[in-house]
Amino acid sequence: MSTTLQQTLPAAPAAPRQFLAWLGRIAYARGRDALPLIVMLVLIIGLWQIIADRPTSSLPAPSKIWTDSRELILHPFYDRGGLDKGLGLHLFASLKRVALGFSLAAIVGVALGMLVGTSSVAMRGLDPIFQVLRTVPPLAWLPLALAGFREAQPSAIFVIFITAIWPVIINTAVGVRNVPQDYRNVARVIRLRGAGYFLRIVLPSAAPYIFTGLRIGVGLSWLAIVAAEMLVGGVGIGFFIWDAWNSSNISDIIVALIYVGLVGFVLDRLVSLAGTAVTRGT
Amino acid sequence: MNSFLDVSNVGITFRPGAPAVLRDVNLQVAKGEYIAIIGHSGCGKSTLLNIVAGLVSATTGGVLLDGREVDEPGPDRAVVFQNHSLLPWLSCRENIRLAVDQVFRGRKTSAERRDWVDENLGLVRMLPHADKRPAEISGGMKQRIGIARALAMQPKVLLLDEPFGALDALTRAHLQDQVMEIHHRLGTTILMITHDVDEAVLLSDRIVMMTNGPMATIGEILHVDLPRPRDRLALADDAGFIAARARVMSFLYARHRNPAEAA
Repeated sequence: MSTTLQQTLPAAPAAPRQFLAWLGRIAYARGRDALPLIVMLVLIIGLWQIIADRPTSSLPAPSKIWTDSRELILHPFYDRGGLDKGLGLHLFASLKRVALGFSLAAIVGVALGMLVGTSSVAMRGLDPIFQVLRTVPPLAWLPLALAGFREAQPSAIFVIFITAIWPVIINTAVGVRNVPQDYRNVARVIRLRGAGYFLRIVLPSAAPYIFTGLRIGVGLSWLAIVAAEMLVGGVGIGFFIWDAWNSSNISDIIVALIYVGLVGFVLDRLVSLAGTAVTRGT
Repeated sequence: MNSFLDVSNVGITFRPGAPAVLRDVNLQVAKGEYIAIIGHSGCGKSTLLNIVAGLVSATTGGVLLDGREVDEPGPDRAVVFQNHSLLPWLSCRENIRLAVDQVFRGRKTSAERRDWVDENLGLVRMLPHADKRPAEISGGMKQRIGIARALAMQPKVLLLDEPFGALDALTRAHLQDQVMEIHHRLGTTILMITHDVDEAVLLSDRIVMMTNGPMATIGEILHVDLPRPRDRLALADDAGFIAARARVMSFLYARHRNPAEAA
Protein backbone atom coordinates (compact mmCIF):
# COMPACT_ATOMS: atom_id res chain seq x y z
CA MET A 1 0.00 0.00 0.00
CA SER A 2 2.80 2.40 0.85
CA THR A 3 4.30 1.94 -2.61
CA THR A 4 1.06 2.85 -4.36
CA LEU A 5 0.78 5.91 -2.14
CA GLN A 6 4.30 6.92 -3.05
CA GLN A 7 3.49 6.51 -6.68
CA THR A 8 0.31 8.55 -6.56
CA LEU A 9 1.78 11.22 -4.28
CA PRO A 10 4.80 12.86 -5.87
CA ALA A 11 6.98 15.13 -3.72
CA ALA A 12 5.50 18.57 -3.04
CA PRO A 13 6.74 21.05 -5.65
CA ALA A 14 7.86 24.53 -4.59
CA ALA A 15 5.81 26.83 -6.85
CA PRO A 16 2.37 27.71 -5.38
CA ARG A 17 0.47 26.92 -8.55
CA GLN A 18 2.08 23.51 -8.85
CA PHE A 19 1.41 23.03 -5.16
CA LEU A 20 -2.33 23.52 -5.75
CA ALA A 21 -2.24 21.06 -8.62
CA TRP A 22 -0.41 18.65 -6.33
CA LEU A 23 -3.08 19.04 -3.62
CA GLY A 24 -5.71 18.44 -6.27
CA ARG A 25 -4.05 15.20 -7.31
CA ILE A 26 -3.96 13.99 -3.71
CA ALA A 27 -7.61 14.86 -3.20
CA TYR A 28 -8.42 13.07 -6.43
CA ALA A 29 -6.43 9.97 -5.47
CA ARG A 30 -7.99 9.80 -1.99
CA GLY A 31 -11.45 10.50 -3.36
CA ARG A 32 -11.09 7.79 -5.98
CA ASP A 33 -10.13 5.27 -3.26
CA ALA A 34 -13.00 6.31 -0.96
CA LEU A 35 -15.64 6.69 -3.66
CA PRO A 36 -17.00 3.11 -3.63
CA LEU A 37 -17.41 3.30 0.15
CA ILE A 38 -19.23 6.64 -0.03
CA VAL A 39 -21.54 5.35 -2.76
CA MET A 40 -22.32 2.23 -0.69
CA LEU A 41 -23.10 4.29 2.43
CA VAL A 42 -25.40 6.63 0.50
CA LEU A 43 -27.17 3.64 -1.03
CA ILE A 44 -27.65 1.85 2.29
CA ILE A 45 -28.82 4.93 4.17
CA GLY A 46 -31.10 5.93 1.29
CA LEU A 47 -32.66 2.48 1.10
CA TRP A 48 -33.08 2.41 4.87
CA GLN A 49 -34.74 5.84 4.77
CA ILE A 50 -37.21 4.69 2.09
CA ILE A 51 -38.09 1.44 3.87
CA ALA A 52 -38.34 2.78 7.44
CA ASP A 53 -39.85 6.21 6.80
CA ARG A 54 -43.47 5.14 7.44
CA PRO A 55 -45.69 5.66 10.49
CA THR A 56 -46.16 1.88 10.83
CA SER A 57 -42.41 1.18 10.86
CA SER A 58 -41.17 -0.31 14.13
CA LEU A 59 -37.58 0.90 13.55
CA PRO A 60 -36.62 4.56 13.02
CA ALA A 61 -35.43 5.93 9.67
CA PRO A 62 -32.09 7.81 9.50
CA SER A 63 -33.87 11.18 9.45
CA LYS A 64 -35.72 10.28 12.65
CA ILE A 65 -32.52 9.09 14.31
CA TRP A 66 -30.99 12.47 13.56
CA THR A 67 -33.90 14.40 15.14
CA ASP A 68 -34.18 12.01 18.14
CA SER A 69 -30.52 11.62 18.97
CA ARG A 70 -28.84 14.74 17.66
CA GLU A 71 -27.46 15.55 21.09
CA LEU A 72 -25.84 12.10 21.39
CA ILE A 73 -24.27 12.39 17.96
CA LEU A 74 -23.00 15.96 18.30
CA HIS A 75 -21.98 15.99 22.00
CA PRO A 76 -20.28 12.72 22.89
CA PHE A 77 -18.76 14.12 26.10
CA TYR A 78 -21.63 15.90 27.89
CA ASP A 79 -22.05 14.95 31.52
CA ARG A 80 -25.15 15.73 33.55
CA GLY A 81 -24.10 13.50 36.41
CA GLY A 82 -25.27 9.99 37.24
CA LEU A 83 -25.80 7.85 34.18
CA ASP A 84 -26.86 10.77 31.96
CA LYS A 85 -23.59 11.11 30.05
CA GLY A 86 -22.46 11.39 26.43
CA LEU A 87 -21.64 8.25 24.45
CA GLY A 88 -17.96 9.13 24.54
CA LEU A 89 -17.91 8.86 28.34
CA HIS A 90 -19.83 5.58 28.28
CA LEU A 91 -17.43 4.21 25.70
CA PHE A 92 -14.50 5.42 27.76
CA ALA A 93 -15.78 3.54 30.81
CA SER A 94 -16.17 0.38 28.73
CA LEU A 95 -12.74 0.82 27.20
CA LYS A 96 -11.17 1.10 30.66
CA ARG A 97 -12.68 -2.26 31.62
CA VAL A 98 -11.53 -3.82 28.36
CA ALA A 99 -8.04 -2.34 28.76
CA LEU A 100 -7.69 -3.85 32.22
CA GLY A 101 -9.21 -7.25 31.41
CA PHE A 102 -7.44 -7.56 28.09
CA SER A 103 -4.04 -6.53 29.50
CA LEU A 104 -4.33 -9.20 32.17
CA ALA A 105 -5.38 -11.73 29.54
CA ALA A 106 -2.44 -10.76 27.33
CA ILE A 107 0.14 -11.14 30.12
CA VAL A 108 -1.24 -14.36 31.60
CA GLY A 109 -2.14 -15.75 28.16
CA VAL A 110 1.30 -15.24 26.63
CA ALA A 111 2.96 -16.71 29.75
CA LEU A 112 0.68 -19.79 29.77
CA GLY A 113 1.00 -20.16 26.00
CA MET A 114 4.79 -20.24 26.30
CA LEU A 115 4.58 -22.83 29.05
CA VAL A 116 2.28 -25.06 27.01
CA GLY A 117 4.33 -24.47 23.86
CA THR A 118 7.67 -25.42 25.38
CA SER A 119 6.80 -28.18 27.84
CA SER A 120 5.09 -31.28 26.52
CA VAL A 121 4.09 -32.24 30.07
CA ALA A 122 2.33 -28.88 30.55
CA MET A 123 0.84 -29.34 27.10
CA ARG A 124 -0.66 -32.72 27.96
CA GLY A 125 -1.87 -31.48 31.33
CA LEU A 126 -3.32 -28.11 30.36
CA ASP A 127 -4.29 -28.21 26.70
CA PRO A 128 -7.39 -30.44 27.13
CA ILE A 129 -8.60 -28.14 29.92
CA PHE A 130 -8.09 -25.08 27.75
CA GLN A 131 -9.87 -26.69 24.82
CA VAL A 132 -12.95 -27.34 26.97
CA LEU A 133 -12.99 -24.03 28.84
CA ARG A 134 -12.56 -21.91 25.73
CA THR A 135 -15.89 -23.09 24.39
CA VAL A 136 -17.77 -21.72 27.44
CA PRO A 137 -19.66 -18.60 26.28
CA PRO A 138 -18.37 -15.41 27.94
CA LEU A 139 -21.63 -14.56 29.70
CA ALA A 140 -21.85 -18.00 31.28
CA TRP A 141 -18.89 -16.97 33.43
CA LEU A 142 -20.67 -13.89 34.75
CA PRO A 143 -22.83 -15.46 37.49
CA LEU A 144 -19.80 -17.36 38.74
CA ALA A 145 -17.74 -14.17 38.72
CA LEU A 146 -20.46 -12.27 40.60
CA ALA A 147 -20.62 -15.06 43.17
CA GLY A 148 -16.86 -15.01 43.58
CA PHE A 149 -16.15 -11.27 43.59
CA ARG A 150 -19.51 -10.10 45.04
CA GLU A 151 -19.10 -6.92 43.04
CA ALA A 152 -20.04 -5.84 39.52
CA GLN A 153 -16.84 -4.09 38.41
CA PRO A 154 -14.30 -6.90 38.95
CA SER A 155 -16.83 -9.39 37.58
CA ALA A 156 -17.08 -7.51 34.28
CA ILE A 157 -13.30 -7.34 34.06
CA PHE A 158 -13.06 -11.04 34.82
CA VAL A 159 -15.46 -11.82 31.97
CA ILE A 160 -13.24 -9.82 29.58
CA PHE A 161 -10.17 -11.63 30.89
CA ILE A 162 -11.62 -15.10 30.54
CA THR A 163 -12.97 -14.32 27.06
CA ALA A 164 -9.77 -12.90 25.65
CA ILE A 165 -7.29 -15.32 27.18
CA TRP A 166 -7.97 -18.51 25.15
CA PRO A 167 -6.98 -17.32 21.69
CA VAL A 168 -3.88 -15.69 23.23
CA ILE A 169 -2.84 -18.94 24.95
CA ILE A 170 -3.54 -21.16 21.98
CA ASN A 171 -1.87 -18.95 19.36
CA THR A 172 1.18 -18.33 21.54
CA ALA A 173 1.56 -22.07 22.13
CA VAL A 174 1.29 -22.81 18.41
CA GLY A 175 3.84 -20.08 17.60
CA VAL A 176 6.31 -21.34 20.20
CA ARG A 177 5.91 -24.93 19.08
CA ASN A 178 6.27 -24.12 15.38
CA VAL A 179 9.66 -22.45 15.30
CA PRO A 180 10.87 -23.43 11.81
CA GLN A 181 13.54 -26.15 11.69
CA ASP A 182 15.78 -23.71 9.76
CA TYR A 183 15.92 -21.30 12.68
CA ARG A 184 16.50 -24.16 15.13
CA ASN A 185 19.40 -25.37 13.00
CA VAL A 186 20.94 -21.90 12.94
CA ALA A 187 20.65 -21.73 16.72
CA ARG A 188 22.24 -25.17 17.09
CA VAL A 189 25.18 -24.31 14.85
CA ILE A 190 25.95 -21.12 16.80
CA ARG A 191 25.17 -22.97 20.06
CA LEU A 192 22.51 -20.54 21.17
CA ARG A 193 20.65 -22.24 24.01
CA GLY A 194 18.46 -21.65 27.04
CA ALA A 195 17.25 -18.12 27.70
CA GLY A 196 19.23 -16.70 24.76
CA TYR A 197 17.61 -19.16 22.37
CA PHE A 198 14.19 -18.38 23.77
CA LEU A 199 14.59 -14.59 23.62
CA ARG A 200 16.43 -14.30 20.30
CA ILE A 201 14.83 -17.10 18.28
CA VAL A 202 11.62 -18.48 19.79
CA LEU A 203 9.99 -15.23 20.85
CA PRO A 204 10.53 -13.26 17.61
CA SER A 205 9.60 -16.31 15.57
CA ALA A 206 6.35 -16.71 17.55
CA ALA A 207 5.54 -12.97 17.60
CA PRO A 208 3.25 -13.00 14.54
CA TYR A 209 1.25 -15.86 16.09
CA ILE A 210 1.08 -14.06 19.45
CA PHE A 211 -0.26 -10.93 17.80
CA THR A 212 -2.85 -12.92 15.88
CA GLY A 213 -4.02 -14.27 19.25
CA LEU A 214 -4.07 -10.79 20.77
CA ARG A 215 -6.06 -9.46 17.84
CA ILE A 216 -8.69 -12.17 18.13
CA GLY A 217 -8.68 -11.60 21.90
CA VAL A 218 -9.31 -7.87 21.71
CA GLY A 219 -12.18 -8.46 19.29
CA LEU A 220 -13.76 -10.99 21.62
CA SER A 221 -13.27 -8.66 24.62
CA TRP A 222 -15.19 -5.95 22.88
CA LEU A 223 -17.96 -8.41 22.02
CA ALA A 224 -18.15 -9.56 25.61
CA ILE A 225 -18.04 -6.18 27.34
CA VAL A 226 -21.29 -4.93 25.80
CA ALA A 227 -23.13 -8.06 26.87
CA ALA A 228 -21.57 -8.08 30.34
CA GLU A 229 -22.36 -4.42 30.96
CA MET A 230 -25.98 -4.96 30.02
CA LEU A 231 -26.18 -7.30 32.98
CA VAL A 232 -23.97 -5.61 35.57
CA GLY A 233 -25.05 -1.99 34.96
CA GLY A 234 -23.15 1.19 35.83
CA VAL A 235 -21.56 3.59 33.36
CA GLY A 236 -20.65 1.83 30.10
CA ILE A 237 -21.82 1.43 26.56
CA GLY A 238 -23.52 -1.91 27.23
CA PHE A 239 -25.61 -0.50 30.01
CA PHE A 240 -26.36 2.56 27.90
CA ILE A 241 -27.88 0.33 25.21
CA TRP A 242 -29.90 -1.64 27.73
CA ASP A 243 -31.09 1.57 29.37
CA ALA A 244 -32.09 3.03 25.99
CA TRP A 245 -34.09 -0.14 25.26
CA ASN A 246 -35.90 0.13 28.59
CA SER A 247 -36.86 3.72 27.76
CA SER A 248 -37.68 2.75 24.14
CA ASN A 249 -35.09 5.10 22.64
CA ILE A 250 -34.45 2.96 19.57
CA SER A 251 -32.65 5.84 17.84
CA ASP A 252 -30.15 6.04 20.72
CA ILE A 253 -29.52 2.31 20.42
CA ILE A 254 -28.70 2.61 16.72
CA VAL A 255 -26.31 5.51 17.33
CA ALA A 256 -24.64 3.51 20.12
CA LEU A 257 -24.29 0.45 17.86
CA ILE A 258 -22.50 2.51 15.23
CA TYR A 259 -20.11 3.82 17.89
CA VAL A 260 -19.52 0.30 19.23
CA GLY A 261 -18.70 -0.90 15.74
CA LEU A 262 -16.30 1.95 15.06
CA VAL A 263 -14.50 1.52 18.38
CA GLY A 264 -14.20 -2.23 17.81
CA PHE A 265 -12.70 -1.54 14.40
CA VAL A 266 -10.19 0.92 15.88
CA LEU A 267 -9.21 -1.58 18.63
CA ASP A 268 -8.56 -4.28 16.03
CA ARG A 269 -6.49 -1.86 13.95
CA LEU A 270 -4.47 -0.73 16.98
CA VAL A 271 -3.47 -4.27 17.95
CA SER A 272 -2.71 -5.06 14.32
CA LEU A 273 -0.52 -1.95 14.02
CA ALA A 274 1.27 -2.80 17.27
CA GLY A 275 1.90 -6.26 15.84
CA THR A 276 3.36 -4.86 12.62
CA ALA A 277 5.55 -2.48 14.60
CA VAL A 278 6.86 -5.19 16.94
CA THR A 279 7.38 -7.95 14.36
CA ARG A 280 8.71 -5.45 11.80
CA GLY A 281 6.43 -6.97 9.23
CA THR A 282 7.80 -10.53 9.36
CA MET B 1 47.28 -38.25 3.69
CA ASN B 2 47.02 -35.50 6.25
CA SER B 3 43.34 -35.87 7.06
CA PHE B 4 41.91 -32.78 8.67
CA LEU B 5 38.36 -33.97 8.35
CA ASP B 6 37.91 -37.73 8.64
CA VAL B 7 34.59 -39.38 7.85
CA SER B 8 34.91 -43.06 8.62
CA ASN B 9 32.45 -45.90 8.04
CA VAL B 10 29.49 -43.57 8.38
CA GLY B 11 26.10 -45.16 7.91
CA ILE B 12 22.66 -44.02 8.89
CA THR B 13 19.30 -45.71 9.32
CA PHE B 14 16.38 -43.47 10.15
CA ARG B 15 13.94 -46.15 11.26
CA PRO B 16 14.87 -49.50 12.80
CA GLY B 17 14.35 -52.24 10.25
CA ALA B 18 14.33 -49.85 7.28
CA PRO B 19 17.22 -50.03 4.81
CA ALA B 20 20.17 -47.77 5.57
CA VAL B 21 20.12 -44.42 3.78
CA LEU B 22 23.90 -44.22 3.82
CA ARG B 23 26.44 -46.98 4.41
CA ASP B 24 30.22 -47.26 4.65
CA VAL B 25 30.98 -43.67 3.75
CA ASN B 26 34.72 -43.04 4.07
CA LEU B 27 36.21 -39.69 3.18
CA GLN B 28 39.44 -37.98 4.20
CA VAL B 29 39.72 -34.28 3.57
CA ALA B 30 42.95 -32.26 3.83
CA LYS B 31 43.09 -28.79 5.28
CA GLY B 32 42.19 -26.15 2.70
CA GLU B 33 40.70 -28.67 0.29
CA TYR B 34 37.52 -27.92 -1.65
CA ILE B 35 35.34 -31.02 -1.89
CA ALA B 36 32.15 -31.27 -3.91
CA ILE B 37 29.68 -34.05 -3.17
CA ILE B 38 27.46 -34.82 -6.14
CA GLY B 39 24.65 -37.29 -6.69
CA HIS B 40 21.02 -37.59 -7.73
CA SER B 41 18.34 -36.38 -5.38
CA GLY B 42 17.58 -38.83 -2.61
CA CYS B 43 21.12 -40.22 -2.50
CA GLY B 44 21.65 -38.92 1.03
CA LYS B 45 24.22 -36.25 0.22
CA SER B 46 22.43 -33.68 2.36
CA THR B 47 22.21 -36.25 5.15
CA LEU B 48 25.97 -36.76 4.90
CA LEU B 49 26.53 -33.02 5.22
CA ASN B 50 24.18 -32.86 8.21
CA ILE B 51 26.15 -35.66 9.87
CA VAL B 52 29.39 -33.70 9.42
CA ALA B 53 27.58 -30.61 10.74
CA GLY B 54 26.45 -32.61 13.78
CA LEU B 55 22.79 -31.80 13.09
CA VAL B 56 22.09 -35.52 12.55
CA SER B 57 23.82 -38.38 14.35
CA ALA B 58 25.23 -41.26 12.34
CA THR B 59 23.99 -44.74 13.20
CA THR B 60 27.41 -46.27 12.57
CA GLY B 61 30.89 -44.83 12.22
CA GLY B 62 31.84 -41.27 13.06
CA VAL B 63 33.41 -38.01 12.02
CA LEU B 64 36.67 -36.53 13.29
CA LEU B 65 37.49 -32.89 12.69
CA ASP B 66 41.02 -31.74 13.55
CA GLY B 67 41.36 -34.74 15.85
CA ARG B 68 38.09 -34.16 17.73
CA GLU B 69 34.97 -36.23 17.38
CA VAL B 70 31.88 -34.50 16.05
CA ASP B 71 28.98 -35.12 18.44
CA GLU B 72 26.95 -31.92 18.22
CA PRO B 73 26.59 -28.92 15.91
CA GLY B 74 29.05 -26.10 16.39
CA PRO B 75 30.48 -22.99 14.80
CA ASP B 76 33.67 -24.82 13.77
CA ARG B 77 31.47 -26.48 11.12
CA ALA B 78 29.45 -23.50 9.94
CA VAL B 79 26.65 -24.39 7.54
CA VAL B 80 25.35 -22.33 4.62
CA PHE B 81 21.84 -23.68 4.29
CA GLN B 82 20.15 -24.27 0.97
CA ASN B 83 17.34 -21.85 1.78
CA HIS B 84 19.72 -19.34 3.42
CA SER B 85 17.93 -19.60 6.83
CA LEU B 86 18.35 -15.94 7.71
CA LEU B 87 16.20 -14.72 10.58
CA PRO B 88 13.62 -12.47 8.91
CA TRP B 89 13.17 -10.13 11.88
CA LEU B 90 16.86 -9.15 11.91
CA SER B 91 18.72 -7.02 9.40
CA CYS B 92 21.56 -8.62 7.42
CA ARG B 93 24.09 -7.07 9.78
CA GLU B 94 22.15 -8.24 12.86
CA ASN B 95 21.93 -11.77 11.46
CA ILE B 96 25.72 -11.95 11.27
CA ARG B 97 26.11 -10.07 14.54
CA LEU B 98 23.97 -12.65 16.35
CA ALA B 99 26.32 -15.43 15.24
CA VAL B 100 29.47 -13.38 15.93
CA ASP B 101 28.27 -12.36 19.40
CA GLN B 102 27.50 -15.95 20.21
CA VAL B 103 30.73 -17.44 18.85
CA PHE B 104 33.22 -14.78 20.01
CA ARG B 105 31.63 -13.90 23.35
CA GLY B 106 34.45 -13.28 25.79
CA ARG B 107 37.10 -13.52 23.07
CA LYS B 108 36.52 -10.25 21.20
CA THR B 109 35.38 -6.89 22.57
CA SER B 110 32.13 -5.40 21.35
CA ALA B 111 33.99 -3.02 19.02
CA GLU B 112 36.10 -5.87 17.62
CA ARG B 113 32.98 -7.91 16.98
CA ARG B 114 31.37 -4.97 15.19
CA ASP B 115 34.40 -4.56 12.95
CA TRP B 116 34.51 -8.30 12.32
CA VAL B 117 30.86 -8.27 11.20
CA ASP B 118 31.61 -5.42 8.80
CA GLU B 119 34.70 -7.18 7.50
CA ASN B 120 32.67 -10.23 6.60
CA LEU B 121 29.93 -8.13 5.06
CA GLY B 122 32.66 -6.54 2.94
CA LEU B 123 34.01 -9.96 1.98
CA VAL B 124 30.75 -10.81 0.21
CA ARG B 125 30.35 -7.17 -0.94
CA MET B 126 27.16 -6.67 1.03
CA LEU B 127 28.16 -3.62 3.09
CA PRO B 128 25.87 -1.27 1.10
CA HIS B 129 22.86 -3.46 1.92
CA ALA B 130 23.84 -4.40 5.47
CA ASP B 131 20.89 -2.73 7.17
CA LYS B 132 18.20 -4.21 4.95
CA ARG B 133 16.15 -7.12 6.15
CA PRO B 134 16.21 -10.47 4.29
CA ALA B 135 12.79 -9.84 2.75
CA GLU B 136 14.15 -6.70 1.09
CA ILE B 137 17.07 -8.29 -0.78
CA SER B 138 17.34 -10.77 -3.66
CA GLY B 139 17.92 -14.50 -3.34
CA GLY B 140 21.56 -14.17 -4.36
CA MET B 141 22.13 -11.48 -1.75
CA LYS B 142 20.50 -13.61 0.93
CA GLN B 143 22.85 -16.44 0.08
CA ARG B 144 25.82 -14.06 0.28
CA ILE B 145 24.72 -13.02 3.77
CA GLY B 146 24.37 -16.71 4.62
CA ILE B 147 27.96 -17.25 3.45
CA ALA B 148 29.19 -14.19 5.35
CA ARG B 149 27.48 -15.42 8.51
CA ALA B 150 29.13 -18.81 8.16
CA LEU B 151 32.57 -17.34 7.40
CA ALA B 152 32.25 -14.93 10.33
CA MET B 153 32.28 -17.95 12.66
CA GLN B 154 35.83 -18.72 11.42
CA PRO B 155 34.90 -22.35 10.85
CA LYS B 156 37.47 -25.11 10.48
CA VAL B 157 35.31 -26.45 7.68
CA LEU B 158 32.64 -24.57 5.76
CA LEU B 159 29.64 -26.71 4.83
CA LEU B 160 27.65 -25.59 1.79
CA ASP B 161 24.32 -27.35 1.25
CA GLU B 162 23.41 -26.71 -2.40
CA PRO B 163 24.09 -23.04 -1.78
CA PHE B 164 23.35 -21.88 -5.31
CA GLY B 165 20.57 -24.35 -6.11
CA ALA B 166 17.71 -21.87 -5.99
CA LEU B 167 19.45 -19.09 -7.95
CA ASP B 168 19.30 -18.10 -11.60
CA ALA B 169 22.29 -18.96 -13.81
CA LEU B 170 23.87 -15.50 -13.86
CA THR B 171 23.62 -14.95 -10.11
CA ARG B 172 24.91 -18.46 -9.58
CA ALA B 173 28.01 -17.87 -11.72
CA HIS B 174 28.69 -14.62 -9.89
CA LEU B 175 28.42 -16.29 -6.49
CA GLN B 176 30.58 -19.23 -7.58
CA ASP B 177 33.31 -16.76 -8.51
CA GLN B 178 32.99 -15.08 -5.13
CA VAL B 179 33.22 -18.38 -3.27
CA MET B 180 36.31 -19.35 -5.32
CA GLU B 181 37.91 -16.03 -4.46
CA ILE B 182 37.12 -16.42 -0.76
CA HIS B 183 38.47 -19.97 -0.78
CA HIS B 184 41.64 -18.70 -2.44
CA ARG B 185 42.08 -15.82 0.01
CA LEU B 186 41.20 -17.54 3.28
CA GLY B 187 42.21 -21.12 2.49
CA THR B 188 39.03 -22.40 4.13
CA THR B 189 38.30 -26.12 3.96
CA ILE B 190 35.00 -26.46 2.12
CA LEU B 191 32.55 -29.31 1.75
CA MET B 192 29.86 -28.51 -0.80
CA ILE B 193 26.74 -30.43 -1.82
CA THR B 194 25.68 -29.87 -5.42
CA HIS B 195 23.83 -31.51 -8.27
CA ASP B 196 25.43 -29.28 -10.89
CA VAL B 197 28.29 -31.00 -12.73
CA ASP B 198 29.88 -27.77 -14.07
CA GLU B 199 29.78 -26.24 -10.63
CA ALA B 200 31.46 -29.25 -9.08
CA VAL B 201 34.28 -29.31 -11.66
CA LEU B 202 34.81 -25.56 -11.62
CA LEU B 203 35.02 -25.16 -7.85
CA SER B 204 36.44 -28.27 -6.31
CA ASP B 205 39.74 -30.08 -5.85
CA ARG B 206 37.98 -33.42 -5.59
CA ILE B 207 34.50 -34.52 -6.61
CA VAL B 208 32.86 -37.19 -4.47
CA MET B 209 30.24 -39.05 -6.50
CA MET B 210 27.48 -40.79 -4.59
CA THR B 211 25.60 -43.89 -5.75
CA ASN B 212 21.83 -43.90 -5.60
CA GLY B 213 19.98 -44.60 -2.36
CA PRO B 214 18.93 -46.44 -0.37
CA MET B 215 22.22 -47.90 0.83
CA ALA B 216 23.98 -45.03 -0.91
CA THR B 217 27.73 -44.71 -0.58
CA ILE B 218 30.66 -43.09 -2.33
CA GLY B 219 30.92 -44.55 -5.84
CA GLU B 220 33.97 -42.74 -7.10
CA ILE B 221 36.24 -39.83 -6.22
CA LEU B 222 37.65 -37.67 -9.00
CA HIS B 223 40.68 -35.40 -8.57
CA VAL B 224 40.26 -32.18 -10.51
CA ASP B 225 43.82 -31.16 -11.34
CA LEU B 226 43.04 -27.80 -12.84
CA PRO B 227 45.36 -24.94 -11.80
CA ARG B 228 43.96 -22.16 -9.60
CA PRO B 229 42.80 -19.47 -9.85
CA ARG B 230 40.32 -20.88 -12.31
CA ASP B 231 38.53 -18.84 -14.90
CA ARG B 232 35.20 -20.12 -16.18
CA LEU B 233 35.68 -18.63 -19.65
CA ALA B 234 39.16 -20.09 -20.20
CA LEU B 235 38.06 -23.46 -18.81
CA ALA B 236 35.15 -23.82 -21.20
CA ASP B 237 37.52 -25.14 -23.89
CA ASP B 238 40.10 -26.66 -21.54
CA ALA B 239 40.75 -30.34 -22.22
CA GLY B 240 41.16 -31.15 -18.52
CA PHE B 241 37.88 -29.46 -17.64
CA ILE B 242 36.01 -31.24 -20.42
CA ALA B 243 37.49 -34.60 -19.45
CA ALA B 244 36.57 -34.17 -15.78
CA ARG B 245 33.10 -33.07 -16.74
CA ALA B 246 32.65 -36.11 -19.01
CA ARG B 247 33.81 -38.40 -16.23
CA VAL B 248 31.24 -37.09 -13.76
CA MET B 249 28.51 -37.09 -16.41
CA SER B 250 29.18 -40.70 -17.28
CA PHE B 251 29.05 -41.66 -13.60
CA LEU B 252 25.75 -39.88 -13.04
CA TYR B 253 23.95 -40.59 -16.28
CA ALA B 254 25.43 -43.85 -17.62
CA ARG B 255 26.42 -45.93 -14.62
CA HIS B 256 24.18 -44.54 -11.88
CA ARG B 257 21.11 -43.16 -13.58
CA ASN B 258 18.55 -41.45 -11.44
CA PRO B 259 16.18 -44.25 -10.39
CA ALA B 260 13.25 -41.86 -10.67
CA GLU B 261 14.05 -41.20 -14.34
CA ALA B 262 14.86 -44.81 -15.15
CA ALA B 263 11.48 -45.99 -13.92
